[in-house]
Amino acid sequence: MKVCDLVEKLNLTVFCGEQGINNEVEGAYTSDLLSDVMGNVDEGQVWITLQTHRNIMAIASLKEVAAIILVKGYKPEQAAIDQSNEEGIPILGTDMETFEASGVLFTLLNEEKGKYGAF
Amino acid sequence: MEFVYEVEGGDFTKAGNASSAVKKTLKQLNVSPKIVKRIVVALYEAEVNIVAHAYKGTISVNINQDQIHIVLDDVGPGIPDIDLAMQEGYSTASSKVREMGFGAGMGLPNIKKNVDDLKVSSEVDKGTKVEMKTYL
Ligand SMILES: Nc1ncnc2c1ncn2[C@@H]1O[C@H](COP(=O)(O)OP(=O)(O)OP(=O)(O)O)[C@@H](O)[C@H]1O
Ligand SMILES: [Mg+2]
Repeated sequence: MKVCDLVEKLNLTVFCGEQGINNEVEGAYTSDLLSDVMGNVDEGQVWITLQTHRNIMAIASLKEVAAIILVKGYKPEQAAIDQSNEEGIPILGTDMETFEASGVLFTLLNEEKGKYGAF
Repeated sequence: MEFVYEVEGGDFTKAGNASSAVKKTLKQLNVSPKIVKRIVVALYEAEVNIVAHAYKGTISVNINQDQIHIVLDDVGPGIPDIDLAMQEGYSTASSKVREMGFGAGMGLPNIKKNVDDLKVSSEVDKGTKVEMKTYL
């Protein structure tokens, strides 16, 4: 599954970083604590959060995540947008709350895994 | 080979820049991706600790054939009880810093998990020195 497939299936807003829209998605991690994300998110995962400042992009870039999804209608700050465009790591948005966004994404990624017999 | 970076306390807009530069260098030197990933986590946490808790600091990265040795030396308030600071969940971060999502008290534990050798030394009202070694 690619970032663009998530955008389509979950009807997400693409704020920035469109060059990364074909990034492959390997999974996801949900957290708003930056050290928790730093320690636990893996390369190629989507990061679900409500943090919007530029430091989320520093972490996204260092950890090479596939994309960030901002929940509850939050929008990224300008500095985050700039870095997202530079790095090609998309920042996406949804009106869903964290629980719902994580649940929907979990189901979607699991269906895909089932389809290709990755269990 | 040695590289030195300066870190300014309180300036969150630049937090992570040094870690990012080191990551690039390590990749160019063909250090294994697994090791680069671990060092990046440890170094970012130590860099942000200078930004969040100290006034200014330097990061020096020493790379030779069998190890990567990174020393972060800051001028700042120091850590009165290092064992306590090392505990997961312990944090003195301000509410402003917490709102940004820092201050979970997971930085030092993250460092510990991701390097082979960690030494933290500190003098109250002077500063803190974090030394980490990764064997190649
Ligand atoms: N360079 C430093 N100078 C002064 N105090 C420090 C320094 N590094 C860590 N500390 C102290 O140790 C505590 C724990 O550090 P740690 O990195 O584990 O958590 P944190 O920085 O508070 O939160 P997090 O890293 O999860 O965002 C800090 O809250 C602070 O009191
Ligand atoms: Mg910290």
